[in-house]
Amino acid sequence: MENRKIRVLVAKPGLDGHDRGVKVVARGLRDAGMEVIYTGLHQTPQQVAETALQEDVDVVGLSVLSGAHMTLVPKIKELLTEKGLDDVLLLVGGIVPADDAEKLRAEGHADQIFTPGEPLEKITAYIYDWFKAKSNS
Amino acid sequence: MDQEKLERIRELKELWEQELADLKERKEPAETVSGQPVKMLFTPLDTKNLDYERDLGFPGSYPYTRGVQPNMYRGRLWTMRQFSGFGDAYDSNRRYRYLLEQGQTGLSVAFDMPTLMGYDSDSDRSLGEVGRCGVAIDSLEDMEILFDKIPLDQVTTSMTINGPAAILWCMYLATAEKQGVSLDQVGGTIQNDILKEYIAQKSWIFPPEPSMRLITDIFEFASDHVPKWNTISISGYHIREAGSTAVQELAFTLADGFAYVEAGINAGLDVDRFAPRLSFFFNSHIDFFEEICKYRAARRIWARRMKEKYGAKDSRSLKMRFHTQTAGCSLTAQEPENNIIRTAYEGLSAVLGGTQSLHTNSMDEVLALPTEKAVKIALRTQQVLACETGVANTIDPLAGSYFIEALTDKMESEAEEYFSKVDDLGGVLPAIEQGFFQQEIADAAYEYQKAVDRGERIVVGINRYCSEEAPDIEILRIDPEVERKQLERLKRLKETRDGGRVSDCLEELKRCAASGENLIPKILEAVRAYATEGEITAALKEVFGEYREKPLF
Repeated sequence: MENRKIRVLVAKPGLDGHDRGVKVVARGLRDAGMEVIYTGLHQTPQQVAETALQEDVDVVGLSVLSGAHMTLVPKIKELLTEKGLDDVLLLVGGIVPADDAEKLRAEGHADQIFTPGEPLEKITAYIYDWFKAKSNS
Repeated sequence: MDQEKLERIRELKELWEQELADLKERKEPAETVSGQPVKMLFTPLDTKNLDYERDLGFPGSYPYTRGVQPNMYRGRLWTMRQFSGFGDAYDSNRRYRYLLEQGQTGLSVAFDMPTLMGYDSDSDRSLGEVGRCGVAIDSLEDMEILFDKIPLDQVTTSMTINGPAAILWCMYLATAEKQGVSLDQVGGTIQNDILKEYIAQKSWIFPPEPSMRLITDIFEFASDHVPKWNTISISGYHIREAGSTAVQELAFTLADGFAYVEAGINAGLDVDRFAPRLSFFFNSHIDFFEEICKYRAARRIWARRMKEKYGAKDSRSLKMRFHTQTAGCSLTAQEPENNIIRTAYEGLSAVLGGTQSLHTNSMDEVLALPTEKAVKIALRTQQVLACETGVANTIDPLAGSYFIEALTDKMESEAEEYFSKVDDLGGVLPAIEQGFFQQEIADAAYEYQKAVDRGERIVVGINRYCSEEAPDIEILRIDPEVERKQLERLKRLKETRDGGRVSDCLEELKRCAASGENLIPKILEAVRAYATEGEITAALKEVFGEYREKPLF
């Protein structure tokens, strides 16, 4: 297994200003030993993808609570792929109804979706497990 | 109470404490939801310094701890005002008329993200967001549709709009004019609280200085032309939702309130000319007593400072009137029906705290915008509270409780400590620039989450009494067609309106923005010419610039 810190970009795409969750998650990931970059608010999909490239991250976490996830998430996935970042783990957090979450996963737009009420450890464990599996493969 | 009796109570308390020595306590910490430790018992010893006349007074009289009206709910019940808006103006108009038919007594408009941020539906930035978390409004045409067949001389409307508040307010006023209602008959509220946007809600457009100028322009215009309008709703709601404690909500909201008072005074307005139209908006979180004390402390702090520090003389300037919304952040996506119960308790504490109006959240708001069924249950929750439980029969029924009075005092003094800290940082705007409020809130939110994750703070269905079943309730879906139809209608409007008149209005607006004259008459003119919100915002951005936040977590 690679012995380095996992680099995570957490981002707020779109116009949504609800940043309580994204900040808690950002801090939780940092406290769990990851290198965290937070974009701040009101990012366009292009800005998110560009930052992911510049910062050479392993994971991109998107926080969307405005209902725009079905537009923003596929768009960001597409831009990441265009930039050759299709091996980046793409996670989504926020208010995402179960069937939308299923669709985002099934169509390959996102790897996992976390909704309100899930403990921080579940997110950190998911990322560590993924990183371990990837490093061993 | 005389010294002898207090001494006797002290002795009895010691005996009681001896009894406790052998008894076990539950392992969860006895704390409020804000993490404040709570003693097991309160006695007259905790309120021995309470002076009825100085600290409580009668309802409708200074310092208004017990309420702002002499008769409170015996005169008129609180206004039941459900925050609502989705899709396009036609969809939301139908929902408003449904709510009014169900006995709701006021309207409260939720706008979509592009409207909140000053973008038209056809902007690149609006992609996927049109009509999603509120109603899409681009121009006066949409506002006319939104209030079609709703008489604006009879219904009051609250609009949650901040950065572009002046524009949406002008659209509402122009709609009233079109209905033949004169401006002095129009009543309602615009949120218009930009400080809490920088602090917590994060829907800003312009930098602080021009934003504050727009606000004082509104104060001035309303006091001359729209006297029944609440020109601002100084909001703790979003500060709390962003994760603050109850005391932080109280302190930061009032600090913002005083900052607006100072801005009005510095703009040359007499305090009693605008302060009577300032209103407030608080959260009602799940910790029952802490919330009640927060409202009582808020009224007392406001009255004391307005009188003693700002020299207000009109009693209306001293009375803190407020709207309350139950806490969205207390709801759970797991077993959403439980949210009905949480909301009912939260509504009860708002009423026991003397709110003027109330929004009760729908059980499904943690999943999506509410369905008609869910919002009806939420409204019925208020109606049962008002008509069946008897809580509206007597005013401030918890006054005199040792616990309530001691906690009210404590929250007041802790808020005062925050005011001193903010003063030390140079005031509210410098404190925002230094990220003070933002960091305090982020810290509190993180502490709360850790306490939940550790199982010290119990949330039913999250970390205790969990069930594996996935939620099975119907949720509201916004048809993607909404965006397409809205874009089509906006395109048609731009083709059919008098384009020359629009560009003249926008030029005049820019001139006025640079000059320092009151902007409201110019915005009203532009709106009447069907200039869109995005066009007006873009014109103002040319002069004012845009706000950027330094990200922190």
